This record gives sequence, structure tokens and C-alpha cells, in this order.
Amino acid sequence: MKQQNLKTWFKSGSPWVWFTGGGVSIAVIMTIGLLALIAVRGLGHFWPADVLEADYRIPGQEVRVLAGELVEAEEVPRARLAASGLPVDAAGGEFMTRELLKVGNRELYGADFSWVVGEWLENPRTPAELVVIERREWGNFYGYLLGVKESGRLVAEGEAAWAELQQRIERVAELHGQLARLEKKDIGRINHGLERLRLKTRALELDGALDAAAQADLAAERAQWDAKYRELEGRLVALQQEFNRDSMLVRTTDGREQEISLGKVVRAYQPNAMASFDKLGFYFAKLWEFVSDEPREANTEGGIFPAIFGTVLMTLIMAAIVTPFGVIAAVYLREYARQGPLTRVIRIAVNNLAGVPAIVYGVFGLGFFVYVLGGSIDRLFFPEAAPAPTFGTPGLMWASLTLAILTLPVVIVATEEGLARIPRALREGSLALGATKAETLWKVVIPMASPAMMTGLILAVARAAGEVAPLMLVGVVKLAPSLPLDGNYPYLHLDQKIMHLGFHIYDVGFQSPNVEAARPLVYATALLLVLVIALLNMSAVYIRNRLREKYKALEH
Amino acid sequence: MTDMAKDLSTAALQTARLDFNTPALQRKRRRRALQDRLARWYVSVGGLAVLGAITLIFFYLAQVVLPMFQGAELSARGEPQRPAWLAEQGRALLMAVEEQNQVAMRLDARGQVSFFEADGGKLLSQVALPVPEGSEIVSLGQDQPGSNRLVLGLSNGQALVFGHAYRVTYPDNRKTVSPRVEYPFGEAPIQLDPQGRPLHQVAMNVGSDGLLLAGSTGNQVLALELSREENLLTGEVTLGERRLELPQLAEPVKALLIDPRQLWLYVINGRSSADVFDLRQQKLNGRYKLLADPQAEVTEVTALLGGISLMVGDSRGGIQQWFMARGENGSELKNIRGFQLADSPIVQILPEERRKGFLALDAAGNLGVFHSTAHRTLLVEPVAGAAAQAALSPRADQLLVESAGRLQGFELDNPHPEISWSALWGKVWYESYDEPKYVWQSTSANSDFEPKLSLSPLAFGTLKAAFYAMLLAAPLAICAAIYTAYFMAPAMRTKVKPVIELMEALPTVILGFFAGLFLAPYVEAHLPGIFSLLLLTPLGILAAAYGWSRLPESIRLRVPDGWEAALLIPVILAVGALALGMSGHLESWFFGGDMRLWLSNDLGIPFDQRNALVVGLAMGFAVIPNIYSIAEDAVFSVPKSLTLGSLALGATPWQTLTRVVILTASPGIFSALMIGMGRAVGETMIVLMATGNTPIMEANIFEGLRTLAANVAVEMPESEVGGTHYRVLFLAALVLLLFTFVMNTAAELIRTRLRKKYSSL
Repeated sequence: MKQQNLKTWFKSGSPWVWFTGGGVSIAVIMTIGLLALIAVRGLGHFWPADVLEADYRIPGQEVRVLAGELVEAEEVPRARLAASGLPVDAAGGEFMTRELLKVGNRELYGADFSWVVGEWLENPRTPAELVVIERREWGNFYGYLLGVKESGRLVAEGEAAWAELQQRIERVAELHGQLARLEKKDIGRINHGLERLRLKTRALELDGALDAAAQADLAAERAQWDAKYRELEGRLVALQQEFNRDSMLVRTTDGREQEISLGKVVRAYQPNAMASFDKLGFYFAKLWEFVSDEPREANTEGGIFPAIFGTVLMTLIMAAIVTPFGVIAAVYLREYARQGPLTRVIRIAVNNLAGVPAIVYGVFGLGFFVYVLGGSIDRLFFPEAAPAPTFGTPGLMWASLTLAILTLPVVIVATEEGLARIPRALREGSLALGATKAETLWKVVIPMASPAMMTGLILAVARAAGEVAPLMLVGVVKLAPSLPLDGNYPYLHLDQKIMHLGFHIYDVGFQSPNVEAARPLVYATALLLVLVIALLNMSAVYIRNRLREKYKALEH
Repeated sequence: MTDMAKDLSTAALQTARLDFNTPALQRKRRRRALQDRLARWYVSVGGLAVLGAITLIFFYLAQVVLPMFQGAELSARGEPQRPAWLAEQGRALLMAVEEQNQVAMRLDARGQVSFFEADGGKLLSQVALPVPEGSEIVSLGQDQPGSNRLVLGLSNGQALVFGHAYRVTYPDNRKTVSPRVEYPFGEAPIQLDPQGRPLHQVAMNVGSDGLLLAGSTGNQVLALELSREENLLTGEVTLGERRLELPQLAEPVKALLIDPRQLWLYVINGRSSADVFDLRQQKLNGRYKLLADPQAEVTEVTALLGGISLMVGDSRGGIQQWFMARGENGSELKNIRGFQLADSPIVQILPEERRKGFLALDAAGNLGVFHSTAHRTLLVEPVAGAAAQAALSPRADQLLVESAGRLQGFELDNPHPEISWSALWGKVWYESYDEPKYVWQSTSANSDFEPKLSLSPLAFGTLKAAFYAMLLAAPLAICAAIYTAYFMAPAMRTKVKPVIELMEALPTVILGFFAGLFLAPYVEAHLPGIFSLLLLTPLGILAAAYGWSRLPESIRLRVPDGWEAALLIPVILAVGALALGMSGHLESWFFGGDMRLWLSNDLGIPFDQRNALVVGLAMGFAVIPNIYSIAEDAVFSVPKSLTLGSLALGATPWQTLTRVVILTASPGIFSALMIGMGRAVGETMIVLMATGNTPIMEANIFEGLRTLAANVAVEMPESEVGGTHYRVLFLAALVLLLFTFVMNTAAELIRTRLRKKYSSL
């Protein structure tokens, strides 16, 4: 083609073609941009950034020494800063930088984060001795280590203190593990036993069978539990004393001294002194902590293991429910039902149910499963627990069941599609050889359609893992005290509430008192969820494509 | 040879001897047939059950919603009682039933208070009120519904304030209610009229400031304020007194009522007039005509729960609701709505103590059950042959009627009077509002709260969010779909489609959190940038396209057709960086450094950080892949013969697209839009996280909204099971279900027809 002038170029329609192409570009940029943003923000959080120390001079005020990690910096019009009441010089550039520093020391400063004006920070430096202490409460501490104490007596000071501290933190971490095991596992078992005993007593009472012999039995059992508890209690007290034995003496950059009990310390590190390789090790340790540990400080620190566990368990139960039902319905629709207008209507209806808002399923789950079904189960099987509901309250089982109903159309549609793709010749061949319809179905059709069912199931799992709205009504909580699967009878606690990755994002991001501190964790959680779902989806797409090719070969 | 033949024949013989009908084989065949039948049954029953379970959703939701629209039911409880003690009593002034529905109270004209069993009519105790010798009771006034405080106007100008109270105890695990009479302001009557004339009308109100008494003798209205102070140390009670000066009226007073905040005194006088006095300034606020019909007359006036509304019953069987609202000349008494019972005069109006409903009795013994906010008549039924006196229990579930010496109890089943079509979707004039409005406000801290359950602002918010989302998503997705299906090189197509499918799979909670935590503050800080982005992107694409066409062929021909989109990616990134980078400069050049302030101060447009713009962007993101994949499918399946024919006749690719392809695929594209709309309407997490969830009816793109779905997610966990609020939320879910279902079905039908048409081409 020759070069054209503007008018003919417009007439040719070529600009409009470019416009439509722009649509594709924007969609692709949006998707990849979002994923990249989440990945960068989510993964960057675990990197031990350098801690900056600087003199902060607000015009007309005294100089303060600040220390903290730079979280964010932005260019702000000078006028806007002036409008917000800061003593900004009228003269100067059009923009000023505004920086968000994570300064920690919440018990001293009131907040972990502080906005500062970049131009007012003077002689920034990164001293190697600056220590970051991750704590179990009050967030991070930034400052200098002065000494280490044992039972109030100073044991190390100055240079030697750092090595001593690391040693003692390791000891405390070991003790912390023991304490957690003792509290969660052993004492948890006793509490569980006592609770079951209480319910047994109440059940006997309701049956009118609580006679003297039964009471004596129960009392003996209770005495057994109590004795066990007393023994554990002694160990617990001893451990706690050991745990809180050591402490450290620290000083903030603006000169305040503070004593921190080592029992409250998770780890201490000097990011400015770390080499890149150390930082990498630290990075992976933090990453591992994130996926394997329990949350701390109202979910804003620590890990998200219970949420991962809850999501996986709930999705597994959902998959176990939805697969047989979905497959039966699809087989009926495709193989047994008479193909007429009615079947077509049903098919369209099922197809459309996939587009019904998820929250509607949540409402149905709450009303029907929780209150109607759960309430009936409680009345029939758990009268001893009344008035406290057992199944008549949102919980794992209802969450799984609700999601199963929600994803049923996905499985039905995918399975039906798989069944429809199987060439007639195969079916007819089987029937001609004398197989009954059921045998054809079981031995020929279903094995061939099984990858399609698999695709449906994977898509269902991907959808279920990402769905939050219905779960808010039928069984997820921000913080579950224990996992729904443990060593206490009946092992799988279907009536318990669970934590969920998606809900964790919503809750920590929007309901948390300290959103700024929680934000990186929300990004990391989101990244994990996206990865899981992307992986599931891609495998479903892969299976589907392979399947298509296989049948194409069969048809010719 | 012969051997061979022999062999063959024996083989044939052996085959012939193979018996398929041995008992074993027959058994096996029967077993297989049985298995086949069983499988058929199993799958049919199972399949139908699963499909049935899915439809159960619809029926269950409907079943929860339906009771809201049913009226009230009244059923007589046992036979009428004719207790002996009743015959000895005087005319009944008032009857009441206590909270537990066990004990009823009857006050007669002689000042005798009788407590009796609400069920059997058995007398429990009687108390004679300390009415001074030589005077008699002329009138009765009541405090707010539910306060159980009464005042009697006496013939000697005195007023006696008393209350009836009930204590519930459980001796021997049995619920026992013990009634008593109390005198919160002392047993001695209070002299309201210094001249000792009979008090023909009397009213009272106990507020935070103390007791306000009002009474009338003929045309004169008297008001007395008593403040009650209790000495904390001695427990001694001292009463402070203040008389309010009120002007004289032209006509005799018919009824008196005091506003609960003690701001207004309503004096009903003459046939149908109301004079409203401002008690703070002690002057007349205005004189209002209560009934339009000059023949009609006011026969009964009662305050509703909360005391703000007056229910005015007339001689024609009508009941009008009035309350003070701000008009053109300050506060005015306004007629809000009217009800009609039958055509006999209204004799008694019984307000409910928990809700804004009321019952009315007329002279012919008809009972009507109404609700004010919902403007609903729930029941009209005769309960007595003639004039009767009735009492309504505090929970509004029991009614006690005395007529001609007989007591009759009724059960009243009226669970959801607050709901009507007009209350859900129309403008409603709520108490203390200046005009009818659409309001959603389901709960509040006070007990006399009027629930405002209009779904209109929520439906509006839903459509607003969907509209802004579609504004972004529809053009983008359709452009992308057309390009992918029609122009794009196949090699690129196989790469682009999975990316957009991945976009579809992204959990909405992630989009919501992205919108709420990142996009909302970012958009707020870069408003000019966002808007210049909208303007600059098309221009940038155009400029890039033109620039490309001017390039020498040696470069242009290196990139094959169908890769334009890839070329545009860096262009769009550059435009984006430019627009957002410019944002700050634009702000300080044109908007005084802060566009947000400029919007709200100079243009008067309120700005919320989490607004419809953010929702539109985020939800648009969620909807794009839905529209894209269906629209792409529709464009791609346009038969090649059509496009090739058009191209062969000399049309340019663009002409072929607009005149042939899009026309043919338009039903498919339309159904894609419908499905996208359905998704946008039902989306929960994005709107929940990206908006402030304020149920307002403003089309302003910079303000928040609340959608039906988000509202359900927010309020469902704390609504009382089986209550009206719970059922309204179910209704919201049902509306969502029906809306999306209808949209999707229509889209599906269009697509099926389209597919049929293509296959015939």
C-alpha cells in the first residue's frame, strides 16, 4: 500500500482497526499490570529493607532523630501540603516529596507509620548497629541494643550483647514452641474432654438417666481430667517463668531507653549490616513463616497458615460433594432424559445458574442450610448442647455445602459438554456388541469423559477458592481459635468456623485497626490466592485443550 | 480332504451346540438387565433430585419472602367471658394488657382499677384510686404508648397521675406476674386549675425535664410543668412548679396531646380543628383544619409510638396521620396519609408499643389493623356487635375486647406490617422528615425507631455501579473482542485469549481489595491524570496509527497484519505514564493544587474517596472478560463465506466488519452485554470494598453507593432470623436472583437463535 493522506486514511477505516486493537492492548495491560503490582508489593514485603536514620527538621521546631523503613514516597504539589497546615515555604519548587516511614515503636509513638516531608530530612544514614526487633505485640521496634539481662541482672553489654542476644532469642523460640504445644495440644485435649463430659452429663439428664451410678462415673472421669490438668498446669507455670526470664535493654534513636522481655521477641536483626546473601536467607525464612505460621497481632503480622488450611479443607469437602452430584445430573440430562424442549429449558436454566450472584447462594445457605437444616440437626441429635447451637450456626460444613451448590452448574455444564463430545460411533459400537446402556455408560462413555469432568471439577475448585461473599454468611471468621482438623474426636470438626484466604484479605484490608501495617500482608495473601487460582485455571484449560485434540482425532 | 470337511462340520456342530440359553447365561442376562434398569433409575432419580435441589433455591427464597405480604389474622381465643365482678363495675375508661399477656387491667369511671387474668377473666386484685371525696373523674389522659402512665382529670380541677406496673417473679419455677398501682408524683392529686373547675380534657408527658400536665376547662387550656428532683442523700423528693401561659380558644377543647420532646401542645377543638402551641415560646404555632369534609367531625386522637405522629379518627370512619414537619413557614402540622376503616365513627385508636402500627375500633364494633409507614390496611373485621372498649398487648399479639359486659380475647397474628409495595419501592414520608424520600435505614439504637426499608436507593446504587462499570467495560471489551476475532493474527490470538481468561478467573475479593486499598487513594491523588488518561488514550492510539501509516514500507511491512495491538502496548504505556505524570502539574495549574477541594468548593460536587468512579474502574475490570469471551465467540463464528464474499466484492476490511460482520453478530454482542450487566449487578465484594456503602440516591460519579448485594452481605449476619429485616434482605436476594436469571436466559435464547441462523447459512 502507498502512503495516504489523512482523509483517505480515515476513509479506509484503518484508525478504527487500531482503536479496536487498542481495546485488546488495554485489557492485556490491565491484567498484567494488576498481577505485577500484586506480585511486587506482596513479595517485596519480606525483603529486609535498610533502615534509614535521619535528622528531621520541621521549620520552627526542634530537630528529632528518626529511624524507619521507607515504605512509600510521592510527589505532592506544594500548595496541597500548605493547605493541610504544614509550615511549608511558599517559595521553592512546584512539588515536594512526601515519604511514608515505618518507624515502629508503637507503644512510644502511638502509630507504626509516619508521613514526613522528604525535604526536611537531613543527613540520612544507615548505621550498621541499628536493630530491628520483631515482637509478638506492639509491632516492630527500631533502635540500638544496649545490653542483655537475665532475671534482671545485666549479663552482656556493648559488642558482646548482640551474639548473646541471638543465642537467647533462639532459646526463647524453642520454649515458645514447647509452650504452644502444651497449651494448644495437651490442654486443648483436656478442655475438649471436659466439654464432652459436660455434654454427656446434660444428655443423661435430659434422658432422665442421671442416677447415682452415672454421676459417680462422671465424677471419676472429671477427677481424672482435673488431675491431668493440674499436672500440666505446673509445667506450664514453670515454662512461662523460664520463657520470661531474659530481657534486653534498648534505646530508640531519639534517646528513650526501654526494656523488652525476650518472651515478646520473635527475632532481632540488623538489616543495615546484612550482606545480600544474608538478606536472601532472611527473605526465605520470612516467606516460610508467612505460609506456615499463625497470625499475630490481629492478623497484621505473622503467617496465614490457618487461612490456607481452612480454604483447602473447605474446597476439598466441597469437591467431594459436588463431583458425584454434578456428574449424576449431567449424565441424566445428556444420556437418560428425553431430549425435548423441557430438557432444553433445564439446560439453559442450569447454565444460567452459573451467572447468579454468589451472594444469593450465601443467603440461601444461611437460611436453608444453617437455620433450617442445621436447626433440625441440633434439635434431633444435639439437644444436650442447647441453647448453644452446634450445627445451627455457620460452619465448615455449611460453607462447603453452599459452595457445592454454587459450583454445581459449573460441573454439570463441563461434564455435559464432555459427554456431548464423545462420538456417537463409539457409543453405538458398544451397544452393537451387546452391552447394555449402563455398561456402555460405565465402561466406555464415562472413562472417556473423565477428563472433562476433571476440567469441570478444577474450574469449580478455582471458583470456590476465590469466592468470599457467600462465605461471609455461612461460616468464615476472621480468627478461628483452632484448626477444624485435629487429634480430638471426631477429628474433623464440621461444625467449626474456619478462616479463609479471601475473607482474610477482606478482613485484614478493611476491618483491621492498623490497615497500613497489614497492607503488605494483604498483598502477599492476594498473591498466594491468585497463584493458586491461576494454576488451577491453567491446568483446566490445558486439560480441555488436550481433550479437544483427542476427540478431533477420533472423529476423523 | 474329507478329514478336513469332517473337521469343519464338527466345528459347525460344536458352534450349533453352543447354547446361549443356559441357566447361568440367562441369570447373567437378567442380572445385567436389572443392573441397567437400576442404573437408569438411579441416574434419573439422582439427576432430577439434583436439578430439583437447584430450583429449591428459588422456592426457598420465595417462601421466606412471601409472609411479608400477607395481611394480619385475627382469631377469637375461647368463648366470651362474662365474669361476675365485671357487672358491678362502672363504665370502662381504659383497659390494658401487660407484656406477658397474663394480667389485664381495667379502669372504670369511678376510679376503680381491677387487675384480672387476661385469659379467664378471673379477678386478681382491685385498687381504688385516691380520688378526693366529692369529686369525680371527668377525663383521662395517657403518656407515650408503652409507658403505662395515666392521668385522670377530676371535677375539682385536680389531676391525679398514676401508673400500673407489673413484676415478673418465678416462685417454684412458675412465671408469676404481680400487678400494682404506682404514683410516681405522689398520691395527692395536683391542682391544675387554680379555680377548681372540672378538667374536661387532660394530657401528660414525662420527659427528661420532668412532668408536663395539660388540661382544659371549656375553652381555657392550662399547662403545668413539674420538675421532680430527688435528693441523692436523703432520697427526699421535691417538686418544682411552673405554669405555662396559653391563650384562650374560641371553641371547646376536644382533645389534648403533648409532643414527647415537650415542644408542642396539640389542642383539638371545635369540629375538626387543631391548634398547635409552641411550648418553648408559649405561643400559637398555627391553627389547622384536620378534615376536608365539613360534615365530618374528629372523634378520636391518639399519638403513635414515639409520640411524633397524631392519628386523627373522624366520624366517617377515616383516620388521618399528622405530624410536624418543616414547611415554607417553619414547622407546620402536615397531613401525611389517610386510612379508611368503615363508615362508622372511630371510637378508639390503639397504637402498637413496638412498631409504628395501630388498631382502630369504630362505633359499629369493626376493628381495623393498620401500619402507618407502610400505609397498609392489614385487616378489617367486626369484633363486637356495637361500641366496645379494647386493649392491645405490648407485643401486639393479643387483643382484649369488652362489649356489653362481656370480655373476649383475640389472638392477632401480624408479623410483618411494615412492608408494602410503596414502603419498599416508593417515596415514603417518614416521621421527622420534611418530605417523602427514598431511604434505607434498617436499624437504630432507639426502640421507637421507624425502620426505613426502601429498596429504591439500593436498587439505584446497584444500577449506578453497573452503569459506570459498563461504561468502561462495554466499549473496551467489544473493541477487544472484534479485534481478536476478526483482525488479530492467529499466533497472537492463542496468547491473548488465555490472558483475558485468566482475568475472568481472578477472585473478585482481589479486585475489591485492589480497588479499595490502591485504586481509591491513587485516583483521589491523581484525579486530573485519570481524566486526561481517558482523553489522551484514544488520541495517542490515533496518533500512533497515523504515524505508523506514514512510516516507510520497509519498516511497516516487517510487522504482519494483525499485530497492531502488540505495537500499541508501548504507546499506551507511554500515554499512561505521561497522563499520570502530568497529573500533579495539571492540578496546580488548573485546580489550585487540589482537584478534590476544587470539586467540592468551586463546583459544589461532594467527593468521597471510595466512589462510583473507583467501582466503575474495578468492576469494569471484572466484567470485561465476561463480555469479551461471549462477544468474541459471536464475531468469530460469523461464517467465513459472508466475509469473504464481501471482501471479494471490493469492500475494505473495515467496511466488511461494520456492514456484514457486526450486523450478523450483533445479537451475540448484545447478549454478551446482557451477561456482563448481570454480572455487574450481582457483584458483591468489589462494591463492598470499593464504595463507602452509603445508601444514597445520587448519580454523582464522585459519591459512594450501596448495592443490593453488598447490603445483604453487610446486614445479613446481624439481622434477626424470621424478622422483617431478615425477610427484606431475602427479598433483595430474590430480586437479584430473578434479575440475573432473566437477563441470562434472554441472552442465552438470543445466542441459541443466532447459532441456528449461522448453521443454516
